Amino acid sequence: MSGAFDLILCLMILGTAGIALFVRDALAAIAFFIAFGNLMGLAWLSLGAVNVALAEIAIGAGVTGILLILARARLLALGDPVHSGDTPTWLWLGAFAACTSFAVLLAATVLSITPESGLDRVVAPLMPGLGIENRVTGVLLAFRAYDTLLESFVLLGALVAVWSLAPARAWPGRPAEPRMADGQMHQVAGASGRVLLPVALVMAAYLVWAGSDLPGGAFQAGTVLAGGLMLAAMGGAIGLPRSDRPLLRAALVLGPLVFLAIGLGGIAAGGFLIYPKGLAKALIVTIEYTLFLSIGVTLALLVAGPPVADSPVPDAGGNG
Amino acid sequence: MELLAPEPVSAGHIYAVTGAILTALGFYAFIVRRHALRQLLAVNVVGAGVFLILGGLGRGPDAIDPMPQALVITGIVVAVALTAFGAAMIVRLAEAPRSPDQGKAGKPDA
Amino acid sequence: MIWTELLVLALLGTGLGFYAAGSLGLLRFPDTASRLHALTKADNVGLGLVALAAAIHWGSGAVAAKLALVWLLAVIAAGTTSQLLARRVRKNEEPDRR
Repeated sequence: MSGAFDLILCLMILGTAGIALFVRDALAAIAFFIAFGNLMGLAWLSLGAVNVALAEIAIGAGVTGILLILARARLLALGDPVHSGDTPTWLWLGAFAACTSFAVLLAATVLSITPESGLDRVVAPLMPGLGIENRVTGVLLAFRAYDTLLESFVLLGALVAVWSLAPARAWPGRPAEPRMADGQMHQVAGASGRVLLPVALVMAAYLVWAGSDLPGGAFQAGTVLAGGLMLAAMGGAIGLPRSDRPLLRAALVLGPLVFLAIGLGGIAAGGFLIYPKGLAKALIVTIEYTLFLSIGVTLALLVAGPPVADSPVPDAGGNG
Repeated sequence: MELLAPEPVSAGHIYAVTGAILTALGFYAFIVRRHALRQLLAVNVVGAGVFLILGGLGRGPDAIDPMPQALVITGIVVAVALTAFGAAMIVRLAEAPRSPDQGKAGKPDA
Repeated sequence: MIWTELLVLALLGTGLGFYAAGSLGLLRFPDTASRLHALTKADNVGLGLVALAAAIHWGSGAVAAKLALVWLLAVIAAGTTSQLLARRVRKNEEPDRR
């Protein structure tokens, strides 16, 4: 039925990926990468995976895109022109041969596997016991909760790793402010940040709540929160915190720790990460809300990067 | 890539094969691109390709398997964590050669 | 029933026409300011028409309200970014870099 749509979408995905990978200008490459991420989101939508589509567009295209743009801007400011050096011809040819055969082998393997949704039949009858309807949330927070618990610590670990890159004399300072070029731009960005931060908060809270039964969830919502925080920070509506603020540290570890505590509490009900009967939904929603807050703050700080020694003093913000 | 025979290929297969090609394309760019930021972008394309293989093969005739979906969401979050660390490290490496105190880097500290 | 279908089709068609015009302007106009002009104005109208078509197609108040919110947020985002881009271009005083 929609075979033509799928085929065109896949060709567009491959095309944008090709441009993003091989165009000379780094900014154009990043722009096409963001377009690629959005098309990937459409692909997930077409596959029927709305949860993944939300995550891919918000995190894969949005946050990753901002990370790459910021990194490029910082490299340019440091005098690195972000040009790819010359590649010897033998490398081009060898890599081409290797990757073509890899593509053929992988595609042949993939075609030899029949797509099927076998575990859907396993998961579906178990959902009433949880009291929620979104099966992906069920897998993430109940059937494979162990993965998600570890993942939340991975995210925390990534922030610790990024912070560890700070120069010794910069610790524990603030990350570099993602500042606008002049005062008026700053005002424009600040105004939109002030409008969008509360909107992002409401939207994110809704996404977590909806995530029990409809597509949504803590990760998608956390990204929306992080986006709102970053926008507000860009316009100076909020300042970036020092990395040793106790409140900040508490917000970062709240989600993973609550998750861990509830998991340990499950031992009384039969085992690690097992929810007592009847309480499953309440516990899942509790985990999701705390996790969402921590994910949002962590992602925003991951984008902001490590603390820097001399963050520029904010200009008076007057009419420039 | 004439593997896409029109008739017997399901939607899941179309996306899974696209994922396979994306993975190879990303690896190729990762090898031939000589700037770390572009290689970081290539790693993300490889990741997207792998996710698409997972998702495509979980797409049955009537439903999509929730298990690979959850795996892919986990994967996307881990990928962004890795990208953030990679980007921060690339910027830090570019900072490293110049001496922090704007001195003219008399001796190159490794 | 058939009239709403026709209305949806007409709105979708017009919306896509605006998108096409905006994209054409983005590709063909000479400098950043006029390209921004094409992109933001035409695309916001296009998005509005497509959202309206979707709202009528679903025929539910809640969906329509969500779509209206989506459109509003997109318009705010487009307005903000185009203003920032234009200011940046004027500050640089040189043609854009992309």
